[in-house]
Amino acid sequence: MGLDATFQALADPTRRAMVERLTLGPASVSELARPFEMSLPAVVQHLAVLEASGLVASEKLGRVRTCRIEPAALSLAEHWFNQRRAEWEDRFDRLGDYLKKYPDGDPR
Amino acid sequence: MSTDIALDTHVKRSVAHGMFTIERTYPGVTPQRVFDAFASVEGKNGWFTAPNEMWDIAERTMDFRVGGRERLVGNWKSGMVTAFDAIYLDIVPGERIIYTYAMHLDGRKISDSLATFEFKAAGGGTAFRMTEQGAFLDGYDDNGSRERGSLGIVDKLSAYLEG
Repeated sequence: MGLDATFQALADPTRRAMVERLTLGPASVSELARPFEMSLPAVVQHLAVLEASGLVASEKLGRVRTCRIEPAALSLAEHWFNQRRAEWEDRFDRLGDYLKKYPDGDPR
Repeated sequence: MSTDIALDTHVKRSVAHGMFTIERTYPGVTPQRVFDAFASVEGKNGWFTAPNEMWDIAERTMDFRVGGRERLVGNWKSGMVTAFDAIYLDIVPGERIIYTYAMHLDGRKISDSLATFEFKAAGGGTAFRMTEQGAFLDGYDDNGSRERGSLGIVDKLSAYLEG
């Protein structure tokens, strides 16, 4: 799975929160949906994006669908790319703050 | 100067190529202003850094001209030492900067990259784009690096989420 799919999957705050929840352990779809004020179909749609990215896997046991993080989906190379990208995103956030503070030039 | 030839014969060699683009809009500032924040140590001190509580700058030098070098070495509170070494390839004032850069982690090279920064006027502000094309080197299977560099899924995700 491509880096873009991973990154896109994590670009959304709801999906990040879901992934964060799943790092604590597997959860059912309704458990995952509980903290969010959205319909179950909307939650399922987010899960579909996460599954398509390979970050999350799910299986149905009886009437309950259980979701878990799929660690194998993230290759170490992907980890590096995402980390490098996140470092630059951080810097460009700081650059934005800095430009707001000093719009007319660098302080002497 | 850092040592670019790794002498540790136990390192498993690998290269992974990757590319990403980041776009930002900075309102109320000209492309020249944004460019200037890349063009001097004073400018870069304002943003090309890490949170102060996490590291100390051990060395910062910059020779901003085509063929010139930039170096930034940081001592992290965790004990990790990172080194950024760049060579400027292309400078168009107010418009574009291209440099190559190498990253070293505790003396080991982890990547060589080409970084392109573009600055364009857009709606009273600046449309900014950075593209990195990188070769990420060695160490993916190295246990030491895995522990030190927090390559686990949980660490990776939390680092990402906090970032």
